[in-house]
Amino acid sequence: MADSKAKPGLLLDIRNLRIEATVYPPGEPPKTITLVHDVSLTLEKGKVLGLIGESGAGKSTIGLSSMGYGRGGVRITGGEVILNGRDILKGGKDGFRKLRGREVCYVAQSAAAAFNPAHKLMDQVVEATLLHGTATRAEAEKRAVALFKKLSLPNPETIGERFPHQVSGGQLQRVMTAMALCSEPDLIVFDEPTTALDVTTQIDVLAAIKDAIRDTHVAALYITHDLAVVAQVSDEIMVLRHGRLVEWGGTRQIIKEPRQEYTNALVSVHEIEHAEQKPGTTPFLSVKNVTAAYGGGHVKVLKNVSVDIYPGQTLAVVGESGSGKSTLARAITGLLPPEQGTVTFDGRPLANRLADRPKEDLRQLQMIYQMADVAMNPRQTVGTIIGRPLEFYFGMRGKQRDARVAELLDKIEMGKGFIDRYPAELSGGQKQRVCIARSLAAKPKLIICDEVTSALDPLVAHGILELLLELQKEENVAYLFITHDLATVKSIADSIAVMYRGEVVRYGPKSKVLTPPFDAYTDLLLSSVPEMEIGWLEKAIKGRRMASAGN
Amino acid sequence: MSSPILKLVAQRIALGILLLLAVSVLIFAGTQILPGDVAQAILGQSATPESLANLREQLGLNDPAYVRYFRWLGGVVTGDLGTAMSSGQDIATSIKGRLWNTLFLAFWAAIVAVPLAIILGLIAVRYRNGWVDKLISGLALASTSFPEFFIGYVLVYFFAVKWQIFPGISTVYDGMPFGERMQAIALPATALTLVVLAHMMRMTRAAILNVMQSAYVETAELKGLSAFNVIRKHAFPNAIAPIINVVMLNLAYLIVGVVVVEVIFVYPGMGQYLVDHVTKRDVPVVQAVGLIFAAVYIGLNIIADIAAIVANPRLRHPK
Repeated sequence: MADSKAKPGLLLDIRNLRIEATVYPPGEPPKTITLVHDVSLTLEKGKVLGLIGESGAGKSTIGLSSMGYGRGGVRITGGEVILNGRDILKGGKDGFRKLRGREVCYVAQSAAAAFNPAHKLMDQVVEATLLHGTATRAEAEKRAVALFKKLSLPNPETIGERFPHQVSGGQLQRVMTAMALCSEPDLIVFDEPTTALDVTTQIDVLAAIKDAIRDTHVAALYITHDLAVVAQVSDEIMVLRHGRLVEWGGTRQIIKEPRQEYTNALVSVHEIEHAEQKPGTTPFLSVKNVTAAYGGGHVKVLKNVSVDIYPGQTLAVVGESGSGKSTLARAITGLLPPEQGTVTFDGRPLANRLADRPKEDLRQLQMIYQMADVAMNPRQTVGTIIGRPLEFYFGMRGKQRDARVAELLDKIEMGKGFIDRYPAELSGGQKQRVCIARSLAAKPKLIICDEVTSALDPLVAHGILELLLELQKEENVAYLFITHDLATVKSIADSIAVMYRGEVVRYGPKSKVLTPPFDAYTDLLLSSVPEMEIGWLEKAIKGRRMASAGN
Repeated sequence: MSSPILKLVAQRIALGILLLLAVSVLIFAGTQILPGDVAQAILGQSATPESLANLREQLGLNDPAYVRYFRWLGGVVTGDLGTAMSSGQDIATSIKGRLWNTLFLAFWAAIVAVPLAIILGLIAVRYRNGWVDKLISGLALASTSFPEFFIGYVLVYFFAVKWQIFPGISTVYDGMPFGERMQAIALPATALTLVVLAHMMRMTRAAILNVMQSAYVETAELKGLSAFNVIRKHAFPNAIAPIINVVMLNLAYLIVGVVVVEVIFVYPGMGQYLVDHVTKRDVPVVQAVGLIFAAVYIGLNIIADIAAIVANPRLRHPK
């Protein structure tokens, strides 16, 4: 252990970390897979190291190893984790318990899920401090209130009396940061702390986290898949892929002069050049003054919304969560019959209720969802899933159906070999492709895409967008593309509707919507998208004209 | 506390009353469909056509069914459960003492069984999939699998016959000293505890295990809480609703399902009273006991519903 105290000021020194898990593939004997292959890293006191990579890169697994924690059946099987000069892996269970919540704290991706719904926020914030006996309850609460203030939470004196469900997502994420800081740890592991938030909220939380790190001199491991985000807070960045180290360097070097090809792929902007199509003369689907509400008319979620969709074109609907994007889709498909207004299709009004629509109208409007894996029956094969609309709408059977399924698989760039696979045997991107094929099978005029790329890694999402554009050209299908991601909008849209609190605040061809002068909300939305630029965060915060709805 | 809770609670209570009325109709209808005739039963061998007709007229048996139903219901609401045919005694008076005895037995069985089941459930979760968990689950399952009369006789054989610690016949009477009364119900209470223990314990275990997957349980582990405190402080409060439900179901069973145990131990409770009068075809008594059992069952389930509502922080503390 003599050499473990190598450098003064060194807080965390992970050496040749190897992490394994046992998986139980169906119909095969259990096998051990290696999640992290001999990764080493060091972190000095008060510094921030960003861990970035796609899903499955081992970022969270490495982050949690600094607390001696493995999710599920994950085991640390090799290497050393030296924290404050001692190998914590040798400390056993009691050793882990003593350091968790005291030396190292954790901020989870979804604070909404990570807070216990049964307890008040204050009780949870001070829990670790009291448990480890580093302060009395009164001291800890005082510290917590000071942290709430620092993280610019509203009503810092009383917010602790609230329950998690009484506080918004962005606020909860900041309370969770306060919870981690409350026991004055040496290291905080931030595990995608802003990924689940809207862009307009993310920027506030990011700024709050950054200030708190600077003022408390805590060190941090900042885990994310978003390079632009990590560039705002980290001193150094480590790029990981498949549990192996790709590149490790200063933030400026990684984003400006990446040495590895993979880093370069992550860093380069994946904008698809998509020339805007001019709106045609007559829209085939027209939403006019639609107002819709939940709870028997009590909660109005759509207010007087009008948009048009032209054949073979894409209308992108953007806005933050709760702005009514998905509700618009539900009103169009008839899942939520509008209270006022009409939806016309091919010059005739569509029945308000789904149940009143003829099969032909159902066929013309198809949907693709964000969560591809829950949108498919896990007990049906890909062939059955894609074949179902063929049987239902066209009465295809046997060879004719199989041939069409093969053709569709070919269209989504997946081979015939996938016909007999189950959804569980597909990757996230492949699942979404199957969902696309299923919607195409009905030969619809319009496909409603509800956040279809939001759950995917950037490179995979890029592929899906390219496929959608390709299919649009071939099949002349129109898309209603719902998203909160403005980069996606630029890549795919012909026209854009910006929604805010149930209303369309800006609507028109892409070039017009994205050209100044902007209204206040569009400006906020556009300026909140993180850019891969050091110092962007401070500039963006300074230039804001309004606060986001999530606060 | 606040309006959404009051509204939900009022809804549950109104539903309960409605349900009880529906049950009373069923009970009344059921006893009417049964073959036999009250007047015939009362007069027995000595019936003559004239006396039968007279008695029918006197008892109001010639009135249409709905008139008799409302007459019966009106009596029940005012505390008049009618007169037992077999003994001619007022049913309300004879039930009072027996209901008290049944509640006394159920109360003490519950006092032991509920905390024991929940603690065993917590321990099983703490050592889940280990030998402690398997031992607890196995024993609890075994005790439920044995029929209650079997458990009853085994208890009588060892504790009453062989070791002579507790009496094998649980006679209780008015004015019996508390200590003696407790000794008398020791064996039936043990039998009941063993019967209901496993169900509650396994439900507690399953409900908590379900919550153990949550992200907030991971948060608690990452704060350095010990495994047992994670379960007690963070998992249990969120598993409380299903646990209350199964506890109430079992409490209801302790009151309405004790028939067999009461008969085995000759305990003068409601169950035995019911069995006695079923054999005597004493319809008014069966009706009265049936209605009381239904009321207990519905009442406890309403309490479970209300407790689950109150346990939900989202309803207790609206935005």
